[in-house]
Amino acid sequence: MSEKLFAAPVADPTSQAVWDAARQGRLLIGLCKDTGKHFWYPRGVSPFTLSPNVDLVEASGQGTVYSYTILRAGGPTCAAYVELAEGPRLFTNIVDCDLAEVRIGAKVRLVFKATEGEGAPVPCFTLA
Amino acid sequence: MSLRGSACIVGAYEHPTRKAEDKSVAQLHAEVAWGALQDAGLSKDDIDGYVCAGDAPGLGPLSMIDYMGLDRLRYADSTDLGGCSYIAHVAHAAAAIKLGRANVVLVTLAGRPRSEGQAVGTGARAQNPNVPDDQFEVPFTKTTGTSYALCAMRHMHDYGTTSEQLAWIKVAASHHAQHNPHAMLKKVVTVEDVVNSPMVSDPLHRLDCCVISDGGGALIVARPEIARSLKRPVVTVRGTGETAQGEFGGYRDLTSSGAQLTGARAFGEAGVTPADIQYASIYDSFTITVLMQLEDLGFCAKGEGGKFVSDGNLISGVGRLPFNTDGGGLCNNHPANRGGMTKVIEAVRQLRGEAHPAVQVPGCTLALAHGTGGLLGHRHGSATLILERE
Repeated sequence: MSEKLFAAPVADPTSQAVWDAARQGRLLIGLCKDTGKHFWYPRGVSPFTLSPNVDLVEASGQGTVYSYTILRAGGPTCAAYVELAEGPRLFTNIVDCDLAEVRIGAKVRLVFKATEGEGAPVPCFTLA
Repeated sequence: MSLRGSACIVGAYEHPTRKAEDKSVAQLHAEVAWGALQDAGLSKDDIDGYVCAGDAPGLGPLSMIDYMGLDRLRYADSTDLGGCSYIAHVAHAAAAIKLGRANVVLVTLAGRPRSEGQAVGTGARAQNPNVPDDQFEVPFTKTTGTSYALCAMRHMHDYGTTSEQLAWIKVAASHHAQHNPHAMLKKVVTVEDVVNSPMVSDPLHRLDCCVISDGGGALIVARPEIARSLKRPVVTVRGTGETAQGEFGGYRDLTSSGAQLTGARAFGEAGVTPADIQYASIYDSFTITVLMQLEDLGFCAKGEGGKFVSDGNLISGVGRLPFNTDGGGLCNNHPANRGGMTKVIEAVRQLRGEAHPAVQVPGCTLALAHGTGGLLGHRHGSATLILERE
């Protein structure tokens, strides 16, 4: 059985670099240079200060499950918030593992998954 | 400046339809407006303010004011905080009245998600390239069900909340719905029925979810002098609060909501405490929505919601805090997928003594209506309203 393809993310002019990096297997997250805090999702201003003094930095790809749910309709899909080692939590899917083993607090690592058409791959996580 | 005592709800009407295959959304808006005018004993020419949210077809309020022939408007507002909008709209109307910009404000809600074929709340969404978060969230099966399930799962982890405790919320709603001839689900259910219903999105079962229905409702908010000249019991705005919350850059606590802010503000403005509230309408898109909002409003401590809702404590005549005595979104209706309007309407019924006798709170003089809009697990609006009967 072929694996379900994710919907392709529709980039905007401020997020193109994030999706270009995803094609190279790198997850970029936002950094507020005024506070030193990382944020998700990446954007052109800091959600902490509204200052444009922000940067994109590469995340380690390590994290833990903050919360998860398994949507039963259309084949089980594990939607989750993963807390990145850098701090912020991102909404994602847990893939390529026994979903019955997923628990809050479980360690996970980044895996990019292909999307439909010419779309950039999207950041998912699997049990580490 | 306080809104306490600045305006009254003089008209309230809930459309009896739950499936409106033969009506348009605009017609439903107009029919609930007419119903609320009849309830109040006012006419169209008395209306000088109109408020609606995103369920109103057309640009903001423009198509609906035209459809209904509202030609004496001095005030219009189309604030959209999602399903709780109409709770905030009462406060907006009260502020407009207090500032002298309106005397009689109509608020309407209507929709036909059932006739339009929305079968479940777990369908995938399409991306809008101008919505900045869509590209980072929609590919991951972002649905209404998963969003609230993520909150429930974390709440269970942090506080030991159980599926059986959540089920008590549905059980209470069903006890009330059995007396409502319009309710979609009139059968009384048990905790076992809820936890044995099919899992939709762990840990939420099918019976943890609200119904999908067509319908609508309307309110008329008026200057107190006008309210006292009418024949209906006088229901006065006593406390209000609203807010909207995002994800705080990826640091939001999924177990709490904007109700912490809106409840504190509304109780402060009203000069009362949760213990004074005799009836509460709490938006029940899912059972977890009710539990979190009760905690955040201060009816119990954070993490104690599971115990608070258990053993029938939300059932009228049985428990300490009768809630959603019309059956709520869990059993009665959820017009336009927006539950805030019906929350205000049932609170008005309770304060007038016009709820079904089997669920009427004796001598109800102080009630609360609270709602959440959008997706609690992502970004959401909150609004709280405290109403009193003179």
